[in-house]
Amino acid sequence: MKVTEKDVIYVADLANLELTPKERAGMVRDLNSILEYVDRLNALDTTNVEPMAQISDRYGVDESRQGSKRFSYASRDDVVEGLRKSLSQEEALKNAPDADGTFFRVPKVIER
Amino acid sequence: MIQPLLTINAVRSAIQERKITTLALMEEHYERIEKEDAQIGAFLTLCRERALEAADRIDRMAAEGEPLPPLAGVPVAIKDVMSTRGVRTTAASKSLEHYIPPYDCTAVARMEAAGAVVLGKTNCDEFAMGSSNENSAFRPVRNPRALDRVPGGSSGGSAAAVAADMAVAALGSDTGGSIRQPASFCGVVGLMPTYGRVSRYGLIAFASSLDHIGPITKNVKDAATVLGVIAGRDPMDSTSANLPVPDYVAELEKPSRGLKLGVAKEYFGEGLDPEVRQAVESAIDRLNSLGCEIVPVSLPHTPYAIPTYYLIATAEASSNLARYDGVRYSYRARGVKSLSEMYRRSRDESFGAEVKRRIMLGTYALSAGYYDAYYLKAQKVRTLLARDFEEAFRKVDAIVTPTSPTPAFRLGEKSNDPLAMYLADIYTVTADLAGIPGISVPCGETRDKLPIGLQILGRHFDEATILRVAHAYEQAA
Repeated sequence: MKVTEKDVIYVADLANLELTPKERAGMVRDLNSILEYVDRLNALDTTNVEPMAQISDRYGVDESRQGSKRFSYASRDDVVEGLRKSLSQEEALKNAPDADGTFFRVPKVIER
Repeated sequence: MIQPLLTINAVRSAIQERKITTLALMEEHYERIEKEDAQIGAFLTLCRERALEAADRIDRMAAEGEPLPPLAGVPVAIKDVMSTRGVRTTAASKSLEHYIPPYDCTAVARMEAAGAVVLGKTNCDEFAMGSSNENSAFRPVRNPRALDRVPGGSSGGSAAAVAADMAVAALGSDTGGSIRQPASFCGVVGLMPTYGRVSRYGLIAFASSLDHIGPITKNVKDAATVLGVIAGRDPMDSTSANLPVPDYVAELEKPSRGLKLGVAKEYFGEGLDPEVRQAVESAIDRLNSLGCEIVPVSLPHTPYAIPTYYLIATAEASSNLARYDGVRYSYRARGVKSLSEMYRRSRDESFGAEVKRRIMLGTYALSAGYYDAYYLKAQKVRTLLARDFEEAFRKVDAIVTPTSPTPAFRLGEKSNDPLAMYLADIYTVTADLAGIPGISVPCGETRDKLPIGLQILGRHFDEATILRVAHAYEQAA
C-alpha cells in the first residue's frame, strides 16, 4: 500500500476537494491500484532522457531557429485588446453564481 | 426521409442544385433527433435558433446562385466541450450545467463560416474523461448499432449522432483516443489531427499538451473536407502551428500504391479480441493487395503508454480543473460560511467520481516528494514513446493497428474498475503522447454485428497520407 487514508486527506486538501469518508476509502483503493500499475515505468532506465512537456517545441517548427525565436510568429505587441475585444463587465459577470453588478461576491475570506 | 450515408458533398450539391433547401434538411434532422435521441442520448442541448439563422444564410446564397462554401448546409453536431457563444456548454458536468459562453471556439466558428449548420451540443464523458460515455453527469449515451452497448468515449455523443444519421458530421475531441475509439465503436470515421494542426481556442481544457479537436464523419472524404476547414494557424492558440494547410480532399486522389505501411507486433498482443484481430489483419491484406508494402516495425515502449498517459493527463487535468471554484461561472454550493468551504463543497458536489479520481491522482503525481518519481518520469517515457515513432517513420509512411482491442462493450461492464476502463485506450494513447495524427476507419463487424475500427497513424502534420490510405481502403472495402 503506497497511499494511506492520511495521504488521501492531504492530497484532497491540496486539490480543494472535500471527499466524504466513503469517497476517501474508495480513493485509497483506486489510487493504490492505479499507482501499482504505474510502477512498471520504473523498469525503464531514463537516465539522460530529456523530459517531453509538449509537442510544439519539437515538431512542425523552423529547425534553423532556436529557443523562443522558433515561436516569434506567435508574439504580438502588448496592446489593449490586441487579439479581440475584452468582455464587457456585464458579460463577464453573467455566469457568476453571485455578483453585485460590479464584482463577484464570495463568502468572507478572513475569519476573525 | 434522410438518406443513409448522406455525406457532406451530397448535401452541398443538392443545395447548390436547389434539389433541397438547407431549412428542410435541418428540419428533417431535428425530426430524426426528436424520434431517435430519447433512447440514444447523443444530444445535451439543441440550438434551433442558431441553426435556423445559419440555414437561412445558405438558402439565400443558393437562391442567388452564389458559389457555396465547403460545408454549405451541412447539419453538424458539436461535442459539448467546445464553447458556443450564447449556447449552453456543459462539458457534461454538473459544474457547468448552466454555463453560457460569451465566445465561440475557433473550430466551431470556422465550421459555421464554411456554411455548417450547428444542430446542437453532444453528450460526452464529464470533461472528456472516460472511454464509455458513462461518466456524463446527465445521462449515458447508447450505441446506435447495439443499444445495450456503450458508444465509446469520450466523444460518444458525437459518434452516435453521426452513426444514427442525426447529424452528417460532428466535431469531437481526443486526449487519449476520444475521437478514434468512439468512431470505431459506432462504425464511423474519426480523425485526430496532429497536435497544433487545429486550434484549441474555446475547447474546455482537460490536458493541454494532449487535447486535440477533430472530425467524426460518415466517410474519409468528409473527414478530409472538415479538416481542411478547421485546420490552420489561429493567433488565439499559441500552440497552433504556423504551417500551410494542404488541400486534403485533392490529396486523397494521389495513388496509395507504393506506400510503406508499418505493422507493429506490440499492437497485436495479449488482450486483443480475436475477431478484431482477424478483421484488422484482413484489412492489412487488403491494403497490401492495393499495392501498399507491409513492413514490420517495432514500437518497443508501447506497453508503457497507458501508465505514462494517466500520469501526464491527470497532472495536467488537476491544474486545468482548478479554475472551477464556484466564483466566476461554475457551480456553487449553498449555505457555505467561508471561502475555503465554498471551494471544497462546490467542487465536491459538482464533480463526478472519475473527475475527482483524476484530480487526486494528478495532484498526487505533482506533489512534493512524488514529482520526480511520477510526473517527471512519465515525461521522460513520453520522449521514448515519441522516439519509437520517429524511428519507425524513417522506414514507413504510416502505421496500421486496431483502433481498440475490443468492440463496443456493455454499459456497466467496466464502470467499477477504473484500470480496466483505462486499458480500453491502449492503442490510441500513444498517438496523443507523441503528437502524431491518427484516423479510425471501419473495417468490418463481429459476428454480433458490432463495428470494428482500423487505425492508421502518420507522421507529424502528414494527415494527407493517413487520409489517403484510409480512403483507398474504404473505396476497396
